[in-house]
Amino acid sequence: MHLILFIIFAGFCLAGAINLLLQTHPINSALSLIVVMSSLAVLYLLLGAEFLAIAQIIVYAGAVMVLFTFVVMLLNVGEEEKTHGSKAAKIIGFPAIVAAFSVLTTVILAIQNKLGGVKLSDGVTPMTELSTVLFRDMLLPFELTSVLILVAILGAVALARKEGHR
Amino acid sequence: MNPQNMPDLIRILPEVVLTITGVLIMLFDAALPATNNRRSLGWLGAVGVTAALWSSLIQLNLPPGTAFYRTVQTDPFSVFFHVLICGIVLASILLSLDALPANQHHRGEYFALMVLGAVGMCLMTSAVELLVVFIALEISSISTYILAGFRKHTGTGPEAAIKYFLLGSFATGFLLYGVALTFGATGTTQINDIAAHIPAASSQLVLAAFALLMVGVLFKVSAAPFHVWTPDVYQGAPSPVVALMSTAPKAAAFALLIRLLYSSFPVLQPVWQPMLWIVAVLSMTVGNLAALRQKNVKRMLAYSSIAHAGYLLAAFAGLGINAIASASFYVAAYAAMNVGIFAVLSIAAGPDEKLSVIEDFRGFLFRAPLLGTLLIFFLASLIGIPFTAGFFGKFYSFATAIHGGAVWLGIIGLLNSGVAAAYYLGFAVKVAQPPAAGSAKLPAPELGVAVGLSLALATTATLVLGIAPTRFLSAAQSGATSFLPPVISDSVKPSTDVPDLSKVRWVR
Repeated sequence: MHLILFIIFAGFCLAGAINLLLQTHPINSALSLIVVMSSLAVLYLLLGAEFLAIAQIIVYAGAVMVLFTFVVMLLNVGEEEKTHGSKAAKIIGFPAIVAAFSVLTTVILAIQNKLGGVKLSDGVTPMTELSTVLFRDMLLPFELTSVLILVAILGAVALARKEGHR
Repeated sequence: MNPQNMPDLIRILPEVVLTITGVLIMLFDAALPATNNRRSLGWLGAVGVTAALWSSLIQLNLPPGTAFYRTVQTDPFSVFFHVLICGIVLASILLSLDALPANQHHRGEYFALMVLGAVGMCLMTSAVELLVVFIALEISSISTYILAGFRKHTGTGPEAAIKYFLLGSFATGFLLYGVALTFGATGTTQINDIAAHIPAASSQLVLAAFALLMVGVLFKVSAAPFHVWTPDVYQGAPSPVVALMSTAPKAAAFALLIRLLYSSFPVLQPVWQPMLWIVAVLSMTVGNLAALRQKNVKRMLAYSSIAHAGYLLAAFAGLGINAIASASFYVAAYAAMNVGIFAVLSIAAGPDEKLSVIEDFRGFLFRAPLLGTLLIFFLASLIGIPFTAGFFGKFYSFATAIHGGAVWLGIIGLLNSGVAAAYYLGFAVKVAQPPAAGSAKLPAPELGVAVGLSLALATTATLVLGIAPTRFLSAAQSGATSFLPPVISDSVKPSTDVPDLSKVRWVR
């Protein structure tokens, strides 16, 4: 079951990443980045890191991507122009990447036995403990951040909005 | 959840009231028709802040204690500063009602920012968890950064806001790094718990953490090596905002400083006492010498506020309770007179701040006798002439230093007060001089109801603190007893009635 899920979402992840590079319109690239982020979150979940998975979705797939799409839409960016890059990048780039990856793989495979196995969920703080800290011990600072954000929003409006709307 | 949570809510009641007021101002601002003038919002803010002040007095009926899993603590000390901060914010809001330009944009946001900023300042005085301290400090700082930039059409307004923002964020970064290192060294960020963990912690790490925390706090009180932002910011910000930000956030930062020094790092006293001596001497000297050369009134007062931070820090040379009580008293005295002088300046100079250099104030006493008299009165208080708040502020501070064994610090303080008298008197003389022959006759500034209330508040406070300081001092002392070890503080119960009355009187 784990393996099947892993293969499916790893596939999504790779497909999204490749699609991101191939798309010419920035909005399409941004959307495929969301696919990459979300499938990464599922991979974390499979490894037992629940909090990391949720944070990945909330922070990356949620907040950061909303920011990206907002900027893309606000700037009204058009289609990307293909420049084909420089020749040097083509000649040196691909061999360099292949070399780097093969070095990494050989090293990891070589010391695999020495590293031993560890379950990711062992070292990670479980959700219950995090929630206790966040919603009990640190409840007041957690709620206070909403006042902080409110002040920041008010300030952004007061400073940035053009005068004369009133 | 359970009835036990009720006291928890009461312990943050002033902050809750302030937050609700701020949100209400925002909502009404959006609901009011665009053509409507927004004075009612200012009055709403004033009512809300007064309610917050009363609700912090309610906390005196509770025994000193913590709430919300030991993140806030209310005791006579926090109530003292709550009342002080609410009083300052109230006076500033009333002042802004009349002193803001008639066509000021975003008036609703302005009042909301003042009230919400007060949430942060109040919390800084009652927080006993460094994370709450950090967030409260950010709330208070961010709202003042924005308020400093409200004169958007001028060149100096945005300059002040940007400078304050950049340097302020930098200083907050120091503070946050200090919090992180404190946690690394002691394994806790609870202010009252830190002291117990220090003996077992690595001493270098504790020292580094302490130094970083101090940088962050001393920046906020504009003490000497960290003072460079002050003159530019005070010059560019609207005068009513300077009345607020030269007093309220500083009061909050001093409260935080006292909590850190006496609750978290009492063990390091041999380290921080000489350090604060140096900072005190530097602040006084640098502030006064620079103020001597200023032509611009607001810049002069900015340097004078640096000097006053120095006088205040001299109190820390004293011992325990006396040091805390004199420092708290000085904060209150300084707040009363500084709010007063900036209130007069905002009304005198008008919304466009036409009178900016000292020379402009020549003959002001003849143009506006009442305001001129008040201006001279507040200047006298800043000098430290008897029967004004400034006198007893300096008296207690230097007396504490001398009792603590730092006679030389008291002498340097007195010498500095002499230097300071020179520029304050120079300004006062200019105000009292007959107007230059042939100068255009300017109309006397108008006094509205709101600004009259605000001036009355500041004047009464300055007079009461200067003539009958004992009640207020006893409030400060009962606040200071919160820092005694628990065994002693149980036997010497701080009397709650006396400070209660004096505070109520001061505010009304």
